[in-house]
Amino acid sequence: MVQVLDEEGGVVGDVPDLSEEEFVAMYRHMKLARHFDERAVSLQRQGRMGTYPPLSGQEGAQIGSALALSEDDWIVPSYREHGAAMVRGLPLKQTLLYWMGDERGSLVPEDANVFTPAVPIASQIPHATGMAWADKLRHGDETDRAFLCYFGDGATSEGDFHEGLNFAGVFDTPNVFFCNNNQWAISVPRERQTNSETLAQKAVAYGFEGVQVDGMDPLAVYAATTEALEKAKDPADGERRPTLIEAVQYRFGAHTTADDPSQYREDEEVQRWKARDPIPRLERFLRDQGLLDDDRVETIEASVREEVADAIDAAESTVRPEPSSMFEHVYAEQPPELRRQSEAFARVREEYGDEAFLEEQ
Amino acid sequence: MSTQDQATQNLTIVQSVRDALATEMTRDDDVLVMGEDVGKNGGVFRATEGLHDEFGEDRVIDTPLAESGIVGTAVGMAAMGLKPVPEIQFSGFAYPGFDQIVSHMARLRTRSRSRYTLPMVLRAPYGGGIRAPEHHSESKEAFYAHEAGLKVVMPSTPYDTKGLLISAIRDPDPVVFMEPKLIYRAFRGEVPEDDYEVPIGEATTRREGSDVSVFTYGAMTRPSLEAAEELADEGIDAEVVDLRTVSPMDREAIVESFEKTGRACVVHEAPKTGGLAGEITATLQEEALLYQEAPVRRVTGYDVPYPLYALEDYYMPNAARVADGIKEAVEF
Ligand SMILES: Cc1ncc(C[n+]2csc(CCOP(=O)(O)OP(=O)(O)O)c2C)c(N)n1
Ligand SMILES: [Mg+2]
Repeated sequence: MVQVLDEEGGVVGDVPDLSEEEFVAMYRHMKLARHFDERAVSLQRQGRMGTYPPLSGQEGAQIGSALALSEDDWIVPSYREHGAAMVRGLPLKQTLLYWMGDERGSLVPEDANVFTPAVPIASQIPHATGMAWADKLRHGDETDRAFLCYFGDGATSEGDFHEGLNFAGVFDTPNVFFCNNNQWAISVPRERQTNSETLAQKAVAYGFEGVQVDGMDPLAVYAATTEALEKAKDPADGERRPTLIEAVQYRFGAHTTADDPSQYREDEEVQRWKARDPIPRLERFLRDQGLLDDDRVETIEASVREEVADAIDAAESTVRPEPSSMFEHVYAEQPPELRRQSEAFARVREEYGDEAFLEEQ
Repeated sequence: MSTQDQATQNLTIVQSVRDALATEMTRDDDVLVMGEDVGKNGGVFRATEGLHDEFGEDRVIDTPLAESGIVGTAVGMAAMGLKPVPEIQFSGFAYPGFDQIVSHMARLRTRSRSRYTLPMVLRAPYGGGIRAPEHHSESKEAFYAHEAGLKVVMPSTPYDTKGLLISAIRDPDPVVFMEPKLIYRAFRGEVPEDDYEVPIGEATTRREGSDVSVFTYGAMTRPSLEAAEELADEGIDAEVVDLRTVSPMDREAIVESFEKTGRACVVHEAPKTGGLAGEITATLQEEALLYQEAPVRRVTGYDVPYPLYALEDYYMPNAARVADGIKEAVEF
C-alpha cells in the first residue's frame, strides 16, 4: 500500500514535489471540506437541509486526488465527493442547494470539469469511460486529458463497475478509476462485498494496473493519482492506459444523516480509524516542515469558517425554486402534452393557492 | 373467521411487513429474505428489524450491492424451490436488476413450459413525499404491470399489508410488492397476530358513495379519502375504491362501482403518460361506456422527472388536486 506519511505524520515515503503554497492549500482544502461537512450535518439536524451524505474521514482521498488533476481533466463523482467537487470548482452553495432539494444546485458552472454527481451506485463508471473514450476518439493523442471517476467499495459489486472498467481496458481509455473504499456500504462491510483480497486487484482482470493507497494519507493519494494520470495521458512508453486506484479509508460518520451506524459497527472500530485522521496527519507534517504554526492554523480555520458560513447564507437566502420550474429542462422543446400539464398545474395553483400544496408537510 | 376471536396488535405498515415476513419464515423454512442492508441493520426502513437475530444469516442475508445479482440469484433459488423475498432498497434502484425482472422473473414459467415456477416476492418501497434525495421517490408500478407473468401488489393499510404479503409469499408466481413508504409509519391499524391471507387481485371499497368513483391504490388512498370527506360537506358523495393489486387488476370491481356512479376520477402519483390511470380509463370505456356520464379524470404525477424535494409537494397529487378532479367529473 502506497504511503508517504505514517499515522503520526512522519515521512515514510517519497514526498510529492509540491510548492509550499500547494502544501498549505491542500491542508486548507481539507479543513474546508471537514468544516463544510460538520456544518452540513448540523443543518440537517436543524431541519434546514434534507438527507445528506457526510464525508468526514475521507478528505485525504478526495482532496489529494482532486489536486493531482490538471485544469483540463475531469472528475465524474458519486454523491459523496463534495470535497473533490469543490476543489474542481463546484461552489459549496451548489452542493448545499442540491441537498436542500433545490434542482438548481445541480448546475455545475461551465468552467468546472465536474460531471453531474450520480446517486445510483456505480452508474457513473461507464459514463466516465465513455467521456474518456469520446476525448480519445475525437482528439487521439492530440489531447492529454484524463477522466477520473469516483465510486465506493460497494460500487465494485455492481455490473456497471465491471462493464465500465472492461470497456476501459479494451479501448485503452484515459481513465483513473478511483475507489473510495471507506470500509462500509451502508451496513455491509467491505469483506462481505467481495472475497477478493483487495479491490485494487480487480484491475488485473481488466488488463490494467491497480494500486492500493493509504486513502487517509493525502500525499500518498496525490502521488498515486499523479502517476495514474501520467499513464492515462502521457506515459513514457506512449501507451495510454487506465488505472484503478483503491484508496483505503474510513467514513467517520453515518452513511447519510438518515443512517444509524450503531446498528452495525462498534465505536471501537471508529476510534481506531480516527487515529489515522488525514487532517492532523498532514498538519503534523506541515508543522514539522515549518509551513504551519498555531497562528497560521488559526487564520486558516477562521477563513474556512467564513467561507462555509457565506456559502450557507447564499444557499439559504436563495428564494425557493419556482414550482412551475419542474416542467423545465425535460426536453429541448416542450411537447404539447407537457405544456397542457403545466397549464393545468398553473390553474390548480391559482385556484387553491400554495397552501393547499404545502399544508401536508 | 371473525377478527374478534383473534389476538391482534396495533401495527404500522412497515411493522406489518416485518410481521408478515416473520410469520411466514416461522411457518415455512423455505422462505428467506435477502438484499442490501436487510440483515444486521434490519433494513434502511427497519422492515426486517430483528429478523437476522431471529432467523440467522442464512435466512436473512446481507447481499453485495448488486440488484442484478439479488434478483438473478433469487430467480435461481426460487427455481429450485426456495421462496426468496428479495428487497430492493428503494424502487428507484431496481434498474440494474431490470433485465432479470423482465427477462426471467416475469417469464421463466412461460419459457420453461411451467417446469419452473418462481414463488418469489420482490419487495420495494416506492413513492414520494418523504424529502428523500434523487431517485428515492419514484412510483413506477406501470413498468411491472406491463410485464405479463408478474403480479403487482400495492397495499395501503397495515392489515392489507400483512395479508397481501403473506399471499404473495405463498403465491406460486412472482410478485412485485410495492410498499408505500410515505405511509410506512403514518398510522396504525389492528393486525391479527396469526397468519391470514388477503387475496391478490381483489380491490376493496374504502368509502361507499353514489355520485362518483375514485379509483386509487397505495399511498394515494389517503388523500383520496380525505378529498372524498371534504366533498361530502359540499354534497358530493364519492366512492373510493382501493385497487390493492394493480396487476392483475380487479376490473369487475372497477366496472361495478362505475356502473353505480357513471363518473370517475383516477388517482396515482406515477406520471400520467403510460400510467395505470390510462388502463383503468380504457377498461371503463370498453366495459361500461353506456353508463358513462362524464369524461374520466386523471389526477396523477406529471410527465417530468420526479423533482428534488423542494418541489415534490407540487408534484404529488394531494387532497386539493383530487377534490378538483372529482369535482370536474361531477360537474361536467
Ligand atoms: C443501484 C443502487 N442501489 C442501491 C442504492 C442505495 N445505496 C445508496 S448508497 C449505498 C451504499 C454505497 O456504498 P459504497 O459504494 O461503498 O459508497 P459509500 O456510500 O460508502 O461512499 C446504497 C446501497 C443506490 N443508491 N443505488
Ligand atoms: Mg463505502
